[in-house]
Amino acid sequence: MLEGILMGLNTAISPGNLLMVIGGCLIGTFIGMLPGLGPMSIIAIMIPVAISIGDPSAALILLAGVYYGAIFGGSTSSILINAPGVASTVATSFDGYPLARQGKAGKALTVAAIASFCGGTIGAVLLMIFAPSLASVALLFHSAEYFALMVVGLSAIAAFAGSGNVGKALLMTLLGLILSTVGEGALFNAPRFTMGILDLQSGIGFITLAMAMFALPEAMYLVLDPRRSDNDGGGEIKDLRITRAEARSIAPVIGRQSIQGFLIGVLPGAGATIASFLGYAVERNIAPKAEQEEFGKGSLKGLAAPESANNAAATGSFVPLLTLGIPGSGTTAILLGALIALNVTPGPRLLVDEPQIFWSVIISMYIGNVVLLVLNLPLIPYIAKVLAVPRTFLIPFILFFTLMGAYIGQNNATELLMLVGFGICATILRFANYPLAPLLIGFILGQMLEDNFSRSMQLEGGIGFILERPMTMGLLAFAVLLVVLPAWRSRRQRAGEMPEGD
Amino acid sequence: MNFAMTRRVLMAGVAATLSLGAPALADGHQVVDSIHFLIPGGAGGGWDGTARGTGQALTEAGLIGQASYENMSGGGGGVAIGYMIENADSQQGTLMVNSTPIVIRSLTGEFPYNFSDLTLVAGTIGDYAAIVVPADSDIQDMAGLIETFTADPSGTAIGGGSVPGGLDHLVVAMTMKAAGQDPLAVNYIPYDAGGTAMAGLLSGEIKALSTGLSEAIGLAEAGEVRILGVTSPERVPAYDTAPTMMEQGIDTEFVNWRGFFAVPGLPEEQLAAYQEALAKMYDTPEWEAVRAANGWVNIHNNGEEFRTFLENQEKVIGDLMKELGFL
Repeated sequence: MLEGILMGLNTAISPGNLLMVIGGCLIGTFIGMLPGLGPMSIIAIMIPVAISIGDPSAALILLAGVYYGAIFGGSTSSILINAPGVASTVATSFDGYPLARQGKAGKALTVAAIASFCGGTIGAVLLMIFAPSLASVALLFHSAEYFALMVVGLSAIAAFAGSGNVGKALLMTLLGLILSTVGEGALFNAPRFTMGILDLQSGIGFITLAMAMFALPEAMYLVLDPRRSDNDGGGEIKDLRITRAEARSIAPVIGRQSIQGFLIGVLPGAGATIASFLGYAVERNIAPKAEQEEFGKGSLKGLAAPESANNAAATGSFVPLLTLGIPGSGTTAILLGALIALNVTPGPRLLVDEPQIFWSVIISMYIGNVVLLVLNLPLIPYIAKVLAVPRTFLIPFILFFTLMGAYIGQNNATELLMLVGFGICATILRFANYPLAPLLIGFILGQMLEDNFSRSMQLEGGIGFILERPMTMGLLAFAVLLVVLPAWRSRRQRAGEMPEGD
Repeated sequence: MNFAMTRRVLMAGVAATLSLGAPALADGHQVVDSIHFLIPGGAGGGWDGTARGTGQALTEAGLIGQASYENMSGGGGGVAIGYMIENADSQQGTLMVNSTPIVIRSLTGEFPYNFSDLTLVAGTIGDYAAIVVPADSDIQDMAGLIETFTADPSGTAIGGGSVPGGLDHLVVAMTMKAAGQDPLAVNYIPYDAGGTAMAGLLSGEIKALSTGLSEAIGLAEAGEVRILGVTSPERVPAYDTAPTMMEQGIDTEFVNWRGFFAVPGLPEEQLAAYQEALAKMYDTPEWEAVRAANGWVNIHNNGEEFRTFLENQEKVIGDLMKELGFL
């Protein structure tokens, strides 16, 4: 293995390849900030460039840089203007945006950068050591277990079901699940709830709904309720410093979520989005009571958890790609196409036949992560300053950004109409104090929940699969625990306090 | 060796484009000034790759001066078809890429249009379908699969990366029917993408998988899957150890084509120019590099041949879908 690492290092640290990494990271970060362009589209755009380089190692290093840059750039727009451009950064905005509103944008971006760096690096170490033996883990899950895993992910909504809000949060989750059924599912050869509108046939676009639920109502809120935006926190906005106590509290979160995120990323049917929701749900529920209340209102832990989990999962998704030749996500499917175009066939024989490719991919991940951190930490004060722009300029800018995001990937003007329609509904719900995050969680997980559920039903001939497969039972029991345990704990605490008060 | 070849060709192509040598190079044989490619899906999909690969080969070979691309998602491709028809006058410089689903979706009525509402330019490439099992499966050939199937039809789950009634399902149904089995008895398990379907196969969730041959070859070469049968008329040179359905006594042929369409009412001479550019493309090393890199099979159907081919496919698929109860 040492030989391999040296081989990879040798390839990756040539001046030309370092330039590739730096260029890739910069391109990825800046394009990734635009909400409509996630890692998948950016990689697709960069593939012709990468292929024209010709040398597979250099091309992969460039693409890895773009990939990591895009993931990081996506977090930036989630934190600063509540505009998550890809599903895997939705959980980032849960706590990142409140932090930015409290004037701690610099700190939030720093935590995100460090959590991403750790997630990516720990992921790369795990990939390097365990990749060959993890191939069997990737095939461990059947549809029944994926279904149970989505249920665990759904328990992330608990964070938005604070006192008196349980009903509202459940209602919004249901609404999200209902919206996810629009269009042509993977299981039925018929469009559902499209009302004959052709544009709805592929379902409601994620970006459109995310912008309508998150960015648009926030911008409207700033316009309609000016008092709220007065406490900008002034000079603190650029402040990057994290106190020692804060660092100590987020370190274990980052460690746990890097490993958990990586393992979820290894599963071809799960990926970074599920990893980020699960990370958020798990960390919230194991946090002490006082910190638990902070989640969703600007908790550093709540920001660090999904950020480390989604980066580690992105790295983990390379396990099925490199060892089995199976793409688990849209992004890895595109990367597979690029690899094949470069005459590299991923699969069990890659490590044997072309070890230099395998190792240079892994080494380029390390370098991509390091370069990203080094490039971005000095840039954070300038990026965070966006929020110091006067509101009269900032709000039109956010609106433009949001509308462009919904249009850019699709080139379909109907998306804009849907965005405005959903946006108006979301603004009303926002004023009525309905949490919008559960709706988006329900929407994102809904389709996968349904697909895996009905697939299991068809395979096992009925609902019995839940009882027949111990791992499915285990995961479902875990989901119930995640939701019930905190409630039970707080009730017991209250019951314990009562007699003392008397 | 193969790799060096591709690289050299690509480098030459890029050098030609970068040095602005393209116009000079093209003086002799440029056929069309520019083509705007309309892609009915997002960046990175199969349609996207086909349009961009074709455009790249055409420009680098100097057959066209310039290629531009536009992704227009929505309605599983229906939005882009509608756009072509509604803007027939202004979009004469546009070619839209499409493939077998345009036939299937027109049949189900999901598209209010049909391929004959557009001008058929040419079918350019294709991919045969294949049925595969994990390499460690007991099933050795199609006869083995059918034996397992007749013993326990609902327990022999066969998966694919398309909806029921979609491409992968139709291939299974077509094959089973040709083998004298009841296509309705097949327990077809749909997945949302080819990758997750392949994971389902290797995890043991399904017994066999219906997929594209190009996707199956990579995994068969890696020793992960065994290809039981291919829907090509003869063995495919890229992987000639895989038997065809025909040679196993199952009378099935199927190709998932990809090709190009223009707006309705396109002037004759312009259509002829597009067709000439595409026809000349096959002999260029630039196309060969793109084709080989993507593992495509050249299946060229020009103009009227393309119409005959599509009408035939429409009939075969239509009959099958009626039998399966989807129409």
